[in-house]
Amino acid sequence: MLYIKCPWCGERDETEYHYGGEAHIVRPENPDELTDAEWAEYVFMRTNTKGVHRERWVHSDGCRRWFNVARNTVTNEIVSVYKTGEKPDLPEAATTKPAPVKPATAKKAPAKKAAATKAPAKKKEGA
Amino acid sequence: MSRFSIFSLARNAMSWHQNWPRQWRSPDPKPEYDVVIIGAGGHGLATAYYLAKEHGITNVAVIEKGWLGGGNTGRNTTIVRSNYLWDESGLFYENAMKLWENLSQELNYNVMFSQRGVLNLAHNLGDVRESIRRVNANNLNGIDAEWLNAEQVKEFCPIINISKDSRYPVMGATLQRRGGTARHDAVAWGYARGADDMGVDVIQNCEVQGLMIDNGTVKGVRTSLGDIKAKKVAMACAGHTSVVADMAGIRLPIESHPLQALVSEPMKPVIDCVVMSNAVHVYVSQSDKGELVMGAGIDAYVGYSQRGSLHVIEDQLASAMELFPLFSRTRMMRSWGGIVDTCPDASPIVGKTPVKNLYVNAGWGTGGFKATPGAGWCYAHTIAKDEPHDLNAAFSIDRFITGALVDEHGAAGVAH
Repeated sequence: MLYIKCPWCGERDETEYHYGGEAHIVRPENPDELTDAEWAEYVFMRTNTKGVHRERWVHSDGCRRWFNVARNTVTNEIVSVYKTGEKPDLPEAATTKPAPVKPATAKKAPAKKAAATKAPAKKKEGA
Repeated sequence: MSRFSIFSLARNAMSWHQNWPRQWRSPDPKPEYDVVIIGAGGHGLATAYYLAKEHGITNVAVIEKGWLGGGNTGRNTTIVRSNYLWDESGLFYENAMKLWENLSQELNYNVMFSQRGVLNLAHNLGDVRESIRRVNANNLNGIDAEWLNAEQVKEFCPIINISKDSRYPVMGATLQRRGGTARHDAVAWGYARGADDMGVDVIQNCEVQGLMIDNGTVKGVRTSLGDIKAKKVAMACAGHTSVVADMAGIRLPIESHPLQALVSEPMKPVIDCVVMSNAVHVYVSQSDKGELVMGAGIDAYVGYSQRGSLHVIEDQLASAMELFPLFSRTRMMRSWGGIVDTCPDASPIVGKTPVKNLYVNAGWGTGGFKATPGAGWCYAHTIAKDEPHDLNAAFSIDRFITGALVDEHGAAGVAH
């Protein structure tokens, strides 16, 4: 469940909102001149970002206003919430891409062991 | 490759089943291949299998960033059917169904394909009309389909609640008797074993980090295990297709969403068919272990997290409860999510890309498992001949420009 902070109403459960897809897709100003490929780009093509994704949400069970959210699609961390018509720069840490995964080496083994020993401890806490 | 048979079973029983050979190798990547397939899920492995078997192309690598069959192949609810509305999809999925029917024999590997019958419920007059239309369309294409009224549904699946007082009463259902389920892992394993036997390299823990493209032609892939040259590169990476396509500068009409599923504790047999309801987003079958296998609808937002929001599962279980009051005290054991790559018309993209010798098989959304053999078969043909087979010609990227969409929102199991 996401917690989203509506710019007008504050933080609420995801269930109060509806998703509106990728943000900042601008309706073409010259529809008569557009080729089929350009229409396809506007209507269908999406960036589908893995990482910080700018998207629209509407507070449908609240103030019913649209706004934008920048959310990390891998971690679901919400980086920024801003009103329609704005497009603030995102914090630098949020936009830098993670370093590419390095080839598996022997170094990884201890990390795995650590994870393995941690897991039972967690279970104990739960019990 | 040692073949499985009653004799090999008996022979290995003598040694307490300690001496079964490995089913496939774990080779290091060679510097160059004729074809590199990105993604060792069911689709990628099936493609490699048919490339080798049907087209004699065996210098093939299937590279996988995680482990074999660990993505959507291992996460789906294993339903197989071919009752799609339009000719393009109906014939495509029916071809897959015919491959399913002989798959265990073909692979000499038990994929546990069980044609137990698939019900698609109708809950309102619109559903009823759409369903009957689809039954008629299926019959015209030679695909088995029947319309059942509510009483007949009850007869076919006795535990279903057909009370008219339900919030979404059951008004009837389409039935495909040849539909059913298969063991999802076994499909990946069987294809991997078969492909490996013909010389295909299945390389796990090898992540694609870039594509080598020269003058509009793909020349290979950059991976976490080094550069691999390839005459042809084929994507079969489901939810991550946009990420890989972006490396080639290709924009796709695909959005990736979390799709959740869950299983109950094992119980005695209560449901011997598959029940799906598009309107209330629930689909149920019972595994051979006795677990109820259920799927939910997709989470609305774009997501790569392989987990979804709890309210989606709550909605799905509420619907399941209404349909099957019997389940009310069943405890759910596990839930998980996969990343599904949805297309605007709920049909896949299988074909060429604007980059020469780079191919795409994606956009299967919530229903790619049932297509596994058919998708691999057609995709292999597309790669080998550098042009699509008649069965997948309609599923090109170009359809989003020409407008020749194949709208299967009605027949897709999950709305998206």
